[in-house]
Amino acid sequence: MKVETETRGIRTGMTGNAAVAYAVKQADVDVIAAYPITPQTVMVEKLAEYVNNGELNAAFVPVESEHSALSTCVGASLAGARVFTATASQGLALMYEILWIAAGLRTTIVMGIGNRALSPNINIHCSHDDAYAARDTGWIEFFAENVQEAYDLTLQAFKVSEDKRVLFPSMVNLDGFILTHSLEALNVLRDEEVREFLPPKEPVNPIDPDNPMTYGPLDLQDYYIEHRRQQAEHFRMSYPRIVEILNEYSEFTGRRYSPIKTYMLDDAEIGIMVLGSSAGTVRYTVSKLREKGVKAGVISLTLYRPFPVDEVREHIKGLKVLAIMDRSYSFGSPGAQLFMDVATSLYNVKERPLLFNVIYGLGGRDLTPDQVELVVNKALEVAREGEVRETQIWVGVRE
Amino acid sequence: MARWSSWKELPIGNILPTPGSSAEYKTGGWRALKPILHKEKCIKCLLCWAQCPEPAIDRLDDDSVKINYDYCKGCGICAAVCPVKAIEMVMEE
Repeated sequence: MKVETETRGIRTGMTGNAAVAYAVKQADVDVIAAYPITPQTVMVEKLAEYVNNGELNAAFVPVESEHSALSTCVGASLAGARVFTATASQGLALMYEILWIAAGLRTTIVMGIGNRALSPNINIHCSHDDAYAARDTGWIEFFAENVQEAYDLTLQAFKVSEDKRVLFPSMVNLDGFILTHSLEALNVLRDEEVREFLPPKEPVNPIDPDNPMTYGPLDLQDYYIEHRRQQAEHFRMSYPRIVEILNEYSEFTGRRYSPIKTYMLDDAEIGIMVLGSSAGTVRYTVSKLREKGVKAGVISLTLYRPFPVDEVREHIKGLKVLAIMDRSYSFGSPGAQLFMDVATSLYNVKERPLLFNVIYGLGGRDLTPDQVELVVNKALEVAREGEVRETQIWVGVRE
Repeated sequence: MARWSSWKELPIGNILPTPGSSAEYKTGGWRALKPILHKEKCIKCLLCWAQCPEPAIDRLDDDSVKINYDYCKGCGICAAVCPVKAIEMVMEE
């Protein structure tokens, strides 16, 4: 894989948590509201230090639950502040009703999620349960693959959310422990470079006592559906603007960002699609299998919501089989969450690959190259037979 | 009260730009039981006025009260708190 060395910024080393907190400090946020206890990560602990040391001039509001944390963020964002919070697993689940409100009221909150498995049993390691459970709420969702991306996507998330053609809150997902607690090398921008890329927030319809408005009023049969229709259309229309901002950041830093990343896909017959930190393991395995003549390629998503339907349709051209890997499970559904997204995106495409779903890595179980090779072999078998006998398989589990 | 003919015209963020508009929403139609005030029994204690959650009981200059049927939902709290049983709940017709 090509290693980019000529990208902008200062070379340093940080954990995922520290990198996100550093980006938030450089974004010069006004308000951070957070519940400080498990499943909270070091993200907000680091930010509390910055505020305490005087390195960041922001109001740090410690609250009694994640539900209150996000509620505080909603009010602060509507008042015109640049706002950040962070949580994971049960904490994000507790925020659930406020997630909808934060999106519907068009706040510009940025939230760091150290993706962790939902209980039971108490786990704290990586699954994508939390991020997936928020997929319908109207938040933009980014997935970082490494610490560099966690840093870069946090800065981009502020610009995306606050853009007047977007105005939706964003989540930056980074795999719990695998990225949140791993120390990696990365390039960080200088403060003045961040200011150049990310100017201060210009609030739209901020709370103003001299110009009172009602936020989130009773909205019954007469207008509720029009409000949802508008939000749906505006969320859909935010997609091209998100892509523009990713491009802008790519040019600014020399680090390439787009909704979808592909690897060795051009002549591939077998594709593997994956989210988050596992993409590296999958690429490594595919590169080894390529040496043995296996025509495999990898698709990984940086943007999960709004879902990049057109790009997925474009990139699957030529594939005979696509294995879609989910680090979560959707009970009673026809497939896990990413699988359903992809299957729905491709159903009306005439030339499409056969699809199957792989459940892996729940609760932080390592995804090993052996498991990926098993997935590729399964895909080759499906390609040979021309049919999918098992729509869903599990790997790395004691059967 | 259709103010907007399309979702495209709505202010974004579910905002209602005109404050105090809840007065336009007449909740009297929710009522199943209707409070009837027997003025001759009223001792002007104002308990009903103080405890009406709506508030749909208007206080007049002489401390007598008047029920505002545009907003009264018929909860019956006024009848329950009245110490002289001056308010009677009857079926709405």
